[in-house]
Amino acid sequence: MVSIEGVFGERIGSVIRGWTATINGINRKYAVPRIQMSPAVKIALMFLRIYLILLVVLLGYKFWTLLQ
Amino acid sequence: MDFGSTFFYKYRRFVKTLKIYLLLSGPGLIVMLADNDAGGITTYTVTGAKFGYGLIWFLVLLLPVAYIVQEMTVRLGAVTKRGHAEAIFDAFGSFWGWFSFLDLAVVNWLTLVTEFIGMTAALMIFHIPPLLTVAIVSVIMMLMVLQGRYWTWEKIAIVFAALNLIYIPAAFMVHPSVGEVLSVGLIPHFPGGFNGTLFFFLMANIGTTIAPWMIFFQQSAVVDKGMKEKDIPWGQLDTLIGSAFTVIVAIFLVIVTGTVLYGSQVESAAQAASILIVTNPWLGTFIAIGLFDAGFLGAICISLASSWAFGEVFGWAHSLNLKIREAPWFYACYFFALISAGAVVLIPNAPLVLITLFVQVIAVTLLPAALVFLILLLNNEEIMGKYKNTRLQNIAATVIVGAIIVLSTLYGITTLFPGLLA
Repeated sequence: MVSIEGVFGERIGSVIRGWTATINGINRKYAVPRIQMSPAVKIALMFLRIYLILLVVLLGYKFWTLLQ
Repeated sequence: MDFGSTFFYKYRRFVKTLKIYLLLSGPGLIVMLADNDAGGITTYTVTGAKFGYGLIWFLVLLLPVAYIVQEMTVRLGAVTKRGHAEAIFDAFGSFWGWFSFLDLAVVNWLTLVTEFIGMTAALMIFHIPPLLTVAIVSVIMMLMVLQGRYWTWEKIAIVFAALNLIYIPAAFMVHPSVGEVLSVGLIPHFPGGFNGTLFFFLMANIGTTIAPWMIFFQQSAVVDKGMKEKDIPWGQLDTLIGSAFTVIVAIFLVIVTGTVLYGSQVESAAQAASILIVTNPWLGTFIAIGLFDAGFLGAICISLASSWAFGEVFGWAHSLNLKIREAPWFYACYFFALISAGAVVLIPNAPLVLITLFVQVIAVTLLPAALVFLILLLNNEEIMGKYKNTRLQNIAATVIVGAIIVLSTLYGITTLFPGLLA
């Protein structure tokens, strides 16, 4: 198996490994949302997801039309 | 008590109240005056040139909008002692946390570039080359944070914020008809009828009033200042005064350009200053100084908002009360944001117009999330206790946030597809 150090070299590899560990640590720390998932919260988060997907689609469409 | 004693007692009480206010004021005043950043000043300049005094009434409506949104950050910061980025991670988990944080980092950096564009354009009017502007501004901004005290930084920032008021004497210099300002400006109407162009300007004015960085900045500033629950009323007063000032500055700038440039084809504040410096050198100078100050104030707040967010998320020491050796990563983020954004402006043929437009689009991906999270957090009894939103606050906040989301989204989409509202 190819290690990070094998691809990027010892020094850069250890930096990447350090950053990965930090990000994993943050993900573990905030793995469980503290806020109670009431119906209002669930609806609000669902709205945000749909909103963001629509925006990404619009941005993608704009990018595609620019390339044409 | 005789009249003299009563007067002396009331005077002492007033002085004491003023001293407490001056001690606790800052985040609200700074964020609100920084809200009139380079982009904001350009929006108001063009609004005045295009519609005269016709949209002043709309700017007045933005006072409660700005206050209601930003007041929530005061309570959230004072109660949780956490910045907005950390609060989102904690309450909504790492997915929404990373989304908000990365989006904030990108949109703040792009906005910082626009502030440098404004500053360099303003000083170009005085024949100061962009390289010198970027170098001087970066050095001043570094010196402001390196003295190691939040309080000192805040008071220096307030001095720069006060310079934002330069548009008030500028408005008196152009001798506007007060009767016309009141009759045309304060009676709600749509000059030239409700059309696509007018709607675009209404959206632009809303978009410049509430920006994602403001929410993150004020909450982190409240935390760094060390405000506690008992200080919330002072923070609210600070935010209210700041909101009033931001609207007053906007109105006076619209009066200036609505008086002397009404009907002209003006596309930016720098262009307005260049035109006016020929016909009225003092007025042109005032507009250019105001534009530079707006960019400067925006830049110091935006770069700090990013550095605080990085510190909160990665668990680094993040306070202006710490020396550079005590919070190296916090200051490294601040310096990197400044220098890299300044460097972009100096690149020959850099796509600066594209960056300016891109800011509006990226901002609308973050603003709704930041606002919705704000309302959800302010409604959580476990987090906010007795400081949670009341029913009336919720109604006002929901209506305002809903309107901001719809209008800022339409603004972003119109920026992407300019022919949409034609």
